[in-house]
Amino acid sequence: MLFFSRWKAAAILLTAAIVCLFAVPNFFSENTVRTWPTWAQRHMVLGLDLQGGSSLLLEVDVNSVRKDRLQAIDEDVLRLLRQAHIQFTGRAIKGNGVEVRITRDTDVENALNKLRELSQPLGGVLGSNGQRSVDIVENGGLITLTPSDAAIAERVRQTVDQSIQIVERRVNELGLVEPVVQRQGLSRILVQVPGLQDPQRLIDILGKTAKMDFRMVDVSTTPEQALASHPPADSEILDGEGGAKYVVEKRVLVSGGDLVDAQAGFDQNGQPIVNFRFNSIGARKFAEVTAQNVGKPFAIVLDNKVLSAPVIREAIPGGAGQISGNFTVQSANDLAILLRAGALPAPLTVVEQRTVGPGLGQDSINAGEHAAYVGAALVVVFMLVTYGLFGLFANIAVAVNVAMIFGLLSLLGATLTLPGIAGIVLTVGIAVDSNVLIYERIREEVRAGRTAISAIDAGFTRALATILDSNITTFIAAAVLFYIGTGPVRGFAVTLGIGILTSLFTAFTLTRLIVAYWVRLWRPRTVPI
Amino acid sequence: MPVRLLRIVPDDTKFDFMRFRRISFPVSAILSIAAILLYFTHGLNFGIDFVGGTLMEVQTKAGPADLAKMRSTIGGLQLGDFSLQQFGAPNDVLIRISQQPGGDAAQQAAVQKVRNALGDNVEYRRVEVVGPSVSNELLSYGTIGLMLAIGAILIYLWFRFEWQFALGAMIANVHDLVLTVGFMSLTHIDFDLTSIAALLTILGYSLNDTVVIYDRIREMLRRYKRMPMPDLLNASINATLSRSIVTHLTVSLSLLALLLFGGQAIRSFTATMMFGVVLVGTYTSVFIASPILIYLGVGRTRQGGPEEPETAAPPTVPAAPIAPQDPPKPSPPRQRARSRR
Repeated sequence: MLFFSRWKAAAILLTAAIVCLFAVPNFFSENTVRTWPTWAQRHMVLGLDLQGGSSLLLEVDVNSVRKDRLQAIDEDVLRLLRQAHIQFTGRAIKGNGVEVRITRDTDVENALNKLRELSQPLGGVLGSNGQRSVDIVENGGLITLTPSDAAIAERVRQTVDQSIQIVERRVNELGLVEPVVQRQGLSRILVQVPGLQDPQRLIDILGKTAKMDFRMVDVSTTPEQALASHPPADSEILDGEGGAKYVVEKRVLVSGGDLVDAQAGFDQNGQPIVNFRFNSIGARKFAEVTAQNVGKPFAIVLDNKVLSAPVIREAIPGGAGQISGNFTVQSANDLAILLRAGALPAPLTVVEQRTVGPGLGQDSINAGEHAAYVGAALVVVFMLVTYGLFGLFANIAVAVNVAMIFGLLSLLGATLTLPGIAGIVLTVGIAVDSNVLIYERIREEVRAGRTAISAIDAGFTRALATILDSNITTFIAAAVLFYIGTGPVRGFAVTLGIGILTSLFTAFTLTRLIVAYWVRLWRPRTVPI
Repeated sequence: MPVRLLRIVPDDTKFDFMRFRRISFPVSAILSIAAILLYFTHGLNFGIDFVGGTLMEVQTKAGPADLAKMRSTIGGLQLGDFSLQQFGAPNDVLIRISQQPGGDAAQQAAVQKVRNALGDNVEYRRVEVVGPSVSNELLSYGTIGLMLAIGAILIYLWFRFEWQFALGAMIANVHDLVLTVGFMSLTHIDFDLTSIAALLTILGYSLNDTVVIYDRIREMLRRYKRMPMPDLLNASINATLSRSIVTHLTVSLSLLALLLFGGQAIRSFTATMMFGVVLVGTYTSVFIASPILIYLGVGRTRQGGPEEPETAAPPTVPAAPIAPQDPPKPSPPRQRARSRR
């Protein structure tokens, strides 16, 4: 137990030294570190609770994804049955499915065959679990098409992927520094912005779907008439600015997806406006539409609200236009950002917000440092008083331990949070436990009549098994905590877990190595503990 | 060595811990029942992580906070239940607003209202809003996490020890958790995500302690085939007593530093840990986890009769199966007297 080959000793010291060295960049300013080679730049990231900032958890509305899917199926059913000249009645979205009643019994088989086109196997050709995108059930001429849960989940996943891109673009357009946008779970997106103190504008901007399209205003009726009875079948009533109502055709002439640029600006009267430009497809469509409808009003609709409904004075061939609504400078700016970043495929809701101001962050850093110094000092003194020289060995091991924790955290680019600091302080208390176990065992072996060297050897051998067993239980707890925890709590799990690993390392190698060298140099007759 | 080192626990203690099991078991049972009753009558002070709602920590910029005035300002906003509480410094106020009806978006709106009402006279140190969908999930995640941890550790211990040990450790440490939850209910400490972290850590550390004693018990069981269980358990606990106390002192010192200097934000976390690890954990390992092995039938087949002569010089047993890496010459019994000072 006490013999180390020269190579092994060198490997142990080298490992410890290298891991410790990774902690170095944390002690230099960011500008200094930036001049170093890339591999040396890795450092810990301060959690939002320490550096201040805002963390938002956004959720994709699964119901709206389902509703969109049902609408699409509904339209497909209409198209397919019409193509096949099959007569049907009572086509409607009911609950989680689309129902359609085939009029003639002889057509049912034919209709089912047609509709089965809608049901694709999931997961491509290799998808072997037999799940299909739509479940089709027929009962006495009534066919029900239900999108499967797996298909909805897949759709939600895609929606989140697309949304992440849009969210990223919007956050970047706002000019926020070092934002983090990542998926969390199935239907959520985590947005973290360091330094952001009032996230309200960000929440407003992320909360908008920003689905914009250009449609014609239905002039066959007035909003009052439509409200009194029903709007025409292919039109709907939409709200406008200041309580105004518009009857707008459902047909989308040009969609916001064809926009390539949008900038806030001012019109000749000094009112804020948004200038936009279409891509070539959008420009062509826009030119056609405006040419055909000169003199008629068209509506610019954003998230089912009419922004403005100007009358087309002449054909607009260039693919550029402007939106003038009741804008302030900020709202024009925000709209331009939204249009540039693109529309979200489904609405997002903020389900959790955590914001920490810079004052509290700094206070927490100070408190954490303070506690760490005091805790370390208490433990170091206690160990010296209790175990003398061996206490010093233990303290060296603990110091290396803490340095290695910082090194590993830097290497992983892990986030340091206030509970994370607590985890490190606790690790100091725990790391000495391995030494305590070893030393107490050595004391016992000495009492049992062994010679110094034999007692030390036996002490290590027997204690290490115990150390491994007892640390694994704590490590399991830390692992579970990492899995279920978020944010600061996860930071605690990380430092706790890494602390257990490093203290196992030092107990099994470094402490042993130090003691082995001491034994070799001093050839002790008695053990001073 | 010229320096006299501190011996917190004298060598070769011979406390009869097992005698206390007739007291410790009923006491623990009563305390556990009391904790459970507390939980159901008094409840836990669930933080916004688990019930949703809004928490704002604000600091007045000029002078101490006027709680009454703030209370009436926020009361005028009609946001349902809310509470104000001084938090550390006299100009630091914690505002809690209950969950708003109307789903996730309504919670954000409430924050904006408070921000508008309090204006620029205060610095917003912390704003946390947890919507209804997240809070339900966090609670179930926390509970599942605890169960998962207990299950995983149970399986691990079952692998490393016999099943009685795994079960004994679990009973003992679930008892720790129950008592800690009772403590949290009694003191009305905020129960939030960090509390789950505290509970899991308490679980980890108490088990750590239990495992150290169990390790020794296992070793003794192999070495002394005929020693009666109570004696064997006593010997094991006494042998590890010094370690238990020293380790608990170092952990307490770390926790004490965190409690005193670690700031308000983690105070409930450290207070819970202090209670669970230092007060309950130590007691449990010694007075519950070890004696419970008797009831679980460990060593039932042993003869209760007087021990064979081997007990007379226990440490000199070569113990070849336990530590095969031992040096080839085990110290003979005669040396014992000499090496003692």
